[in-house]
Amino acid sequence: MSVGEFKPLVVAFCCNWCSYAGADLAGTSRLQYPAEVKIIKVPCSCRVNPLFVLRAFQKGADGVIICGCHPGDCHYSTGNYYTRRRITLLYSMLDYLGIEKGRTHLEWVSAAEGVKFATVMNKFVEQVYELGENRRLEDWRCKS
Amino acid sequence: MKRIGVFVCHCGTNIAATVDVVKVVEAAKLEPGVVHAAEYPYLCSEAGQNMIIKAVDEFGLTGVVVSACSPRMHETTFRKAAAKAGLNPFMVEISNIREQCSWIHKDSKDGTEKSIILTRAAIAKVHLNEPLHPGESKVTKRALVIGGGIAGIQTALDIAEAGFPVDIVESTPSIGGKMAQLDKTFPTLDCSACILTPKMVDAAAHENITLHTYSEIEKVEGFVGDFTITIRKKARYVDMKNCTGCGLCYEKCPVKKAPSEFEQGLIKRTAIYTPFAQAVPNVPVIDKTQCIKLKTGKCGLCEKVCTPKAIVFDQQDELITEKYGAVIIATGYDQISLEKFGEYSYNSPDVITGLEFERLTNAAGPTGGDLIRLSDKKKPRSVTFIQCIGSRDTSKRGKPYCSKICCMYTAKHAMLIRDKYPQIEVNVFYIDVRTPGKNFDEFYRRSAEEYGVNYIKGQVGKIIDQGEFLTLQSVDMLGGKRMDLQTDLVVLATAIEPVKSVRIIASMLTASIDTNNFMTEAHPKLKPVESPTAGVFLSGVCQGPKDIPETVAQAGATAAKVIGLLVKDKLMTNPCTAESNEKFCNGCSACTKVCPYGAIAYDDGIVHVNKALCQGCGACAVTCPSGAMDLQGFSNRQLMAEVDAICR
Repeated sequence: MSVGEFKPLVVAFCCNWCSYAGADLAGTSRLQYPAEVKIIKVPCSCRVNPLFVLRAFQKGADGVIICGCHPGDCHYSTGNYYTRRRITLLYSMLDYLGIEKGRTHLEWVSAAEGVKFATVMNKFVEQVYELGENRRLEDWRCKS
Repeated sequence: MKRIGVFVCHCGTNIAATVDVVKVVEAAKLEPGVVHAAEYPYLCSEAGQNMIIKAVDEFGLTGVVVSACSPRMHETTFRKAAAKAGLNPFMVEISNIREQCSWIHKDSKDGTEKSIILTRAAIAKVHLNEPLHPGESKVTKRALVIGGGIAGIQTALDIAEAGFPVDIVESTPSIGGKMAQLDKTFPTLDCSACILTPKMVDAAAHENITLHTYSEIEKVEGFVGDFTITIRKKARYVDMKNCTGCGLCYEKCPVKKAPSEFEQGLIKRTAIYTPFAQAVPNVPVIDKTQCIKLKTGKCGLCEKVCTPKAIVFDQQDELITEKYGAVIIATGYDQISLEKFGEYSYNSPDVITGLEFERLTNAAGPTGGDLIRLSDKKKPRSVTFIQCIGSRDTSKRGKPYCSKICCMYTAKHAMLIRDKYPQIEVNVFYIDVRTPGKNFDEFYRRSAEEYGVNYIKGQVGKIIDQGEFLTLQSVDMLGGKRMDLQTDLVVLATAIEPVKSVRIIASMLTASIDTNNFMTEAHPKLKPVESPTAGVFLSGVCQGPKDIPETVAQAGATAAKVIGLLVKDKLMTNPCTAESNEKFCNGCSACTKVCPYGAIAYDDGIVHVNKALCQGCGACAVTCPSGAMDLQGFSNRQLMAEVDAICR
């Protein structure tokens, strides 16, 4: 899977009620997924401001994935619908900026879907590996 | 700058075997603001917690980071420890280096590196943590049980006995559920109705229980302690108060062609009907899809014969709204559809399911308990049971799980036949016979050894209905041979699944559901009767396949948890609520429109958050165009700091 020295950095925003619990279940079930994925817990996927995604890219992330409850199953009833619309808009903005489509991803993972969580992460990281380093949005002025 | 203490847990070898905890401690010490870092074998132990408490005092810590298991496990533990040390409990952050590092990464270097990064992110966040103070919310001392089967009845009775009012909502005309349809129960062979009906009567008669039969949940609002739920009482077209339950109406009803749901469609019922003789309440309903009067305006025979004038053809659905502190889901199961299992010739009248057999062998059933073939009404010479129809089936058409009850009810069915009709030969095709339960294996062995039931290890590939008899193309795995077995009646141990409506109910209550439509528990071992959604509890098969003794035991456990909630006068609310900075608010009120709880009020060109209503999702914080709205505990700055720390 690895291409040369490149080891991508992937930020995953996971909602507390479904996806973070799904990640926990993947952990308890000892399902392997790449260490490149670093999870940030949010109460709901709708807490993810598209600016956080841009910030991650600006700071050098190579991929950002947002995970929430399945549509209709949101703990806050409607939060993931907002996420879906916001991220759809973000996709087109990133596309306009010239950021490869595969670097951002939105996925629904329930608390019972440990296997899905691991599968999604494996697939996403592989995809980011194929895209290579994020050079377009990374802001070198942000590097210390 | 904060004075931060970092504590890294070994979790025995759970973490320490893969993650170099000493390296994590050393790396943490280099982070700004960290004045103390240490590791410990079990931080959640009393000694571990005391170590944190001591360190807070000794180093004057104002923030604590615990790198250990998931916050879903021990966040509360460490917050309580911090509170003991005099810190605000919300000055604690957890970095999850067990579920997210040591348990999933085999490579120690990867695991350690990632643990360092996750700990760094938690340190960055805790720098921006502010003391938070939970508010209080009231508890409505009333529970709602959805589903009136044995699970729902038992939960309701236990809660009612503790002195709290309980409402049961049941979608069918009577409570009783699947257990009311069963003939005998394993492993004692006592009569199902004999042990269930007294409970049904108790539930109806209990001063603390209100039954809403033929009713469904329409709408759910609110949260733990304060749910507002609308119930739709479907029109029965019969006045519950006036009806005496004499039964003259259904005797006279000229429509006799509707399949009886209670009898599994084995016989027909009338348009006005009571599902079964011991129904509670004993008040009939009119099936509006069948009734001539409701469809064409003619007939009305039942109205004419009803002396107490209980028939009300213009009755409408009624909506009732009530407040509850807790909701219990006890919606139960159905057998799966056998549509996709064509090889078993379920369309043949002599191939039936386990539940249909229950009715066929029941003295109150359509044949009066006389076991006959439905095609020619003849007594079968042999009956063959086939196990695991759709259970333990990884193809898309079946269910991957074991339905748990079939091995035992098949042993029961087989014994009942051999007991009543010793001349009938009984065969059972099985993959494995699973009998983990008190007196279960003894029961199964009795069926084979004392009752002479012929157990064949193997599966049936195809059933061919040949009129006089059925031919089963099958394999005897132990004998190592293919065989064509001729039999007169086949019973399919059909997989069970949660009722379809549970998805809608779970969605209304925002309770999680798994890929097989079973309700998810808050923790599979430690919180088996609670849903992850506070105030929502689980009882019976909606949570996973189980038999009657297990269901009753779980129903009691659920009731205990519900009572534990209802005895409280106040609940602590989540302090991670939204907050608007009035200096930045431009009064656009976009936030008020996205709030699912109506927690944001727009007043005088500025918005205010009602902390009692806010549940802390953060939708408003992202919507706010001027950056005035933020979420405490997950603020823009905190989340950005985590992003920065991870991407450094």
